[in-house]
Amino acid sequence: MPTRTATPAIEPGAASALLVQPGTVTTGRASTLPLRREGPAKLTGAAKYTDDLVVPGAWYGLTIRSTEAHARLLAIEPDPDVDWSTVVVATAADIPGENIVSLIKDDQPLLVPVGGEIQHHAEPVALLAAPDRETLRALKGRIRLVTEPLPPVFDPEQSEHPFAHYEIRTGEDAALEAAFASADLVLEGEYRVGHQEQLYIENQAMIAVPGEAGGVVIHGSMQCPYYIHEAMQRALGMNAIQARVIQEETGGGFGGKEEYPSMVALHAAVLALKCRRPVRMIYDRHEDLVATTKRHPAVVRHRTGVRRDGTLVAQDIEVVMDGGAYCTLTPVVLSRGAIHAGGPYRCPNVRIRATATRTNTPPNGAFRGFGAPQTEFAAETQLNRIAEALGLSPAEIRRRNAYRVGDVTPTGQVLNESVAAEEVLRLALETSGFEAARAETLRRAREREGSGTIPSGALRTTPQRIAGGVGLALAWHGAGFTGSGEVHLASVASVELSADGRIRVLTAQTEMGQGTKTIFPLMVAAELGVAVEDVEYAGQDTAEVPNSGPTVASRTAMVVGGLCIQAARRLKTEVEGRNGGRPFAEVHAADAAEHGATRIDQRFEPYPGVGFDDDTYRGDAYPAYGWAAAVASVDVDLDTGEVAVHDVVAVDDVGSVIHQVLCEGQVEGGTLQAVGYATIEEIKLRDGRYLNDRLATYLIPTALDAPRIHTILVEAPYSGSPHGAKGVGELPMDVGAPAVVAAIHDAVGAWITELPATPERILAAMHGTPSSGRAVGPGRAA
Amino acid sequence: MPAEPPIDLPGHLFEAYELLATANAAGTPAVPIAGGTDVMVQITGELREPPLRMLDLSRVEALRGIAIEDGRLVLGARTTYTEIRRSALCREHLPVLVEAAATIGASQIQNRGTIGGNLANASPAGDTLPILLATDATILVGGQRGEREIPAIEFFTGYRETALAPDELILQVGFPLPKGREVRFRKVGTRRAQAISKVVVALAWQEGAGGTWRDVRLALGSVAATPIRARGTEGILEGALPTPEVADRAAETLAGELSPIDDVRSTAEYRRVVAARVVHRLLREAGGW
Amino acid sequence: MSFRFLVNGAPAEVEVPGMRRLLDVLREDLGLTGTKEGCGEGECGACSVILDGQVVDACLVPICQVDGRIVRTVEGLSLAARHRGELDALQESFLEHGAAQCGICTPGMLMAARAYLDAGGPSDEGAVREAIAGNLCRCTGYTKIVEAIQAVIHVD
Repeated sequence: MPTRTATPAIEPGAASALLVQPGTVTTGRASTLPLRREGPAKLTGAAKYTDDLVVPGAWYGLTIRSTEAHARLLAIEPDPDVDWSTVVVATAADIPGENIVSLIKDDQPLLVPVGGEIQHHAEPVALLAAPDRETLRALKGRIRLVTEPLPPVFDPEQSEHPFAHYEIRTGEDAALEAAFASADLVLEGEYRVGHQEQLYIENQAMIAVPGEAGGVVIHGSMQCPYYIHEAMQRALGMNAIQARVIQEETGGGFGGKEEYPSMVALHAAVLALKCRRPVRMIYDRHEDLVATTKRHPAVVRHRTGVRRDGTLVAQDIEVVMDGGAYCTLTPVVLSRGAIHAGGPYRCPNVRIRATATRTNTPPNGAFRGFGAPQTEFAAETQLNRIAEALGLSPAEIRRRNAYRVGDVTPTGQVLNESVAAEEVLRLALETSGFEAARAETLRRAREREGSGTIPSGALRTTPQRIAGGVGLALAWHGAGFTGSGEVHLASVASVELSADGRIRVLTAQTEMGQGTKTIFPLMVAAELGVAVEDVEYAGQDTAEVPNSGPTVASRTAMVVGGLCIQAARRLKTEVEGRNGGRPFAEVHAADAAEHGATRIDQRFEPYPGVGFDDDTYRGDAYPAYGWAAAVASVDVDLDTGEVAVHDVVAVDDVGSVIHQVLCEGQVEGGTLQAVGYATIEEIKLRDGRYLNDRLATYLIPTALDAPRIHTILVEAPYSGSPHGAKGVGELPMDVGAPAVVAAIHDAVGAWITELPATPERILAAMHGTPSSGRAVGPGRAA
Repeated sequence: MPAEPPIDLPGHLFEAYELLATANAAGTPAVPIAGGTDVMVQITGELREPPLRMLDLSRVEALRGIAIEDGRLVLGARTTYTEIRRSALCREHLPVLVEAAATIGASQIQNRGTIGGNLANASPAGDTLPILLATDATILVGGQRGEREIPAIEFFTGYRETALAPDELILQVGFPLPKGREVRFRKVGTRRAQAISKVVVALAWQEGAGGTWRDVRLALGSVAATPIRARGTEGILEGALPTPEVADRAAETLAGELSPIDDVRSTAEYRRVVAARVVHRLLREAGGW
Repeated sequence: MSFRFLVNGAPAEVEVPGMRRLLDVLREDLGLTGTKEGCGEGECGACSVILDGQVVDACLVPICQVDGRIVRTVEGLSLAARHRGELDALQESFLEHGAAQCGICTPGMLMAARAYLDAGGPSDEGAVREAIAGNLCRCTGYTKIVEAIQAVIHVD
């Protein structure tokens, strides 16, 4: 049963356009909410995803990939016994422009050139197009790559190639060490997290159609049409008109369709230009798992000084992320991970040192949470271990340290408003009955100990087979792009009253399931005072919509939604102004007939009073933060270490709730991805190659693995955005995994410091494999 | 789509035999397809090479049906897991098979996957296979050369290899139903549905004089190249009572006699320990301590 | 080879290799692209259709085994709606509960749920979860899908 609440302690500020006023508490469904706009098409099978499109004359494309992790490419040798005249083979030599997938660094080629270095397994080397898939498959194995092996690097800590390094510090090292010396307890811990695959159910898919004037039109599954648009201009040597990108119905993204689609689109386009006909580049699941980006693995080391009462006095944190073979978005992922690494807690002395390096493994990239789930898992587990060492409840240590208004973050940002850490914590504790549940598991654990039924040997069972446990975690997530990112983006969103009287919203924000197509018309309709059905949302076509920035970083509702509201306000003012102040809803049809089209292009203006210095890493890292708490309840099978996560209470402060059902959907989906991250989602590597490269081996939770999720939405609006929204997509991803790991500890008494917490790791931890953390330093608390 | 292999569509068993023999003689042995849950995965060619020739069994009605014959529970090779789950005969005479069928895949797989296919595929992780070993099941196979009955324990000859000849089909599985036999099943999988097993255990016994166990069969899956019986551990349990001491010895013996491997799904150590604990647990439950 | 069967109540005849996947016949030969391919190995359930009343993965069914049988796909669900072209009760419930997000698992999910409802499945949460355990969804956490299916059973 979903509920929502508002934080009465916080003023709604400038959130005048709120569709649901803060201060209201509603339960159940708001019957007046519009239904998902493209829902009927999706429910009847009418919605067209990329692979559903029929493109007459299209050939099928395929990528020839490396089978080594590191090697020099000496030659590409098509089998001389094959008649290659009926198909098209493309190599780096066929790329019209620069051989670069344009992103942060220009280090990743579309195709490894002969003489160049293969940097990872499954790296694209050549492309093949054929009129049918049968031919394609038959010829796939007939292109030989001649290579000379080079020594690979797989350990990010052994790599000599940093992609990025950040240091965030509150002061000099001496001050930090003095704070540690004054602490009652100093606890060290090392935490590790592995790869995670986004696992959108629609695989990567692109169709390139040669257009007029040497151009190419891309139809595909994507989050960010303008990323591809930019990449096409560079790699294909095209101008902004020749390159055109159209998003088709997109079956999930989660970050996995942020930057990787550029690669697929460019490959399709290179083939299409060479074939002079449309080319379909549709990955199957195996290729998608083998080749596309994953969440960055990381090692996070904590040294934390606390007082006996649990007050944090010093945090020294080291983060190492594995970037994989190319930079992709790694510096930005690392940056977000570093900024969030201390957790949502005030601490006067902090040093965070974060590095991401290159390894000879497939590149890692964007995935919901973007670095924060990795570091916040470490921060939360560390804090839970401190609470245990001090004999404090996990709730109490959080209450004592959670950020409040006026606190200062490690980057020196003063949290002036919209801080709901205590509120989400309180609601999660109350709703879940956390303390009582914890007392019960403690009582049962004592019973087990007292009855002498703790197994004396690893092969024995105890009378009790299942142990329950409950775990708590708290998290924060910076809203929108990091630092000065939004200023650099300078996004534009438009609202138009067309000459024929239609109201259209034009942005590049894509719908991939999260609800863009439903919430933007909702926001604009509310602002204009018209019915939501009367507002159209234009398709995501670079020839039509402005560049409102990528659909990432939970920025769509907050940042671009804000721009839409501002544009709608200006449109309303303008139209009403020339119609004697009569309401927009009454006059807009006549106004259009008389004055023709009116279009408002709203450009992003920096949030008032927000500033960040990219060089020193000081200042306002984000305009505001979302806050989340989760309580997970688990049953652990003591024989096998199998974990059933049966309930999660998820409390998320999103600033303002625009559409309750869609917003809950984000929390529920993100929570389950976090549960998967915590328990079963794992990629093992051998010689730089993923072993979990099929859906039979890379596992995500089924409906039977999924917990019941009780969502509570909290509204602590941000005054800098017109509607108060702070984003929702990523928050639940940050908080789920540490809550599950804490619950496992509550059940079995062992800390799992490496994700996922597989049954194998749980049994090993229960049977005395030493924990990676240890208590050291002055005055171990009694 | 890639070139699909040619397929023959026999309408009855003897036609199937003939087509199988012809294909075999031509040097392109035909792979039979029933529910297709294993073999269809190969058809796209992305994961494995597709077979050269196929033989469809969906029209061969002789391979269907669940019955009691001569005191045995007999399942036609095409019996699906859904049919096993719904079968009153299975529920009455071999409920452990119903329990196992429910752990396989999810509805889509249970509706299509067959017990004969599970046998022919001969995966070491095949969920029902340890039950066949633990219950002394026999497998009736046939071809133009005639029919023969193969004890389940002799059926699995190596990793994904069976005693079935290329010109033979699996026809039936027969389960003896001795009075008073108890059978237990446990699957430890990768998740709660659509899971491949890390360890499968089937344990069967009968109670003799004074409650001692006799005719003990302990079979396991996913711990070796084929489903296996743990003879050493059976020896510990044969003639014994399910006491804590016996359970400890059985668990230790089992851990000692298994040599599982590390793979993408689990580790050798985990499989060894968990197999032992599952048996310890089953003995604890049987002994009521 | 030639195969004839009923799709969503209408007769279909295709001239294709017997081992061609039902999934490919539906999507490419009959243009019914509502049925999706997510993995090609029977793990994700995106291609679920109803074959003679039972939910199956269309990627695992060769067309030769569909000869003379009855296939229902997502495109056929609305045939049971009060008015042609409208949503049926299950689709309506998915829409109202927010059970479809990105939509790519939705057709398969609907077919698994429809087979369960048609078989008279009970409304208890565990049974509903088991009925859709062969259909992976990455967006919703399944919460709203389970609620949507339960709501239809309660109404009935």
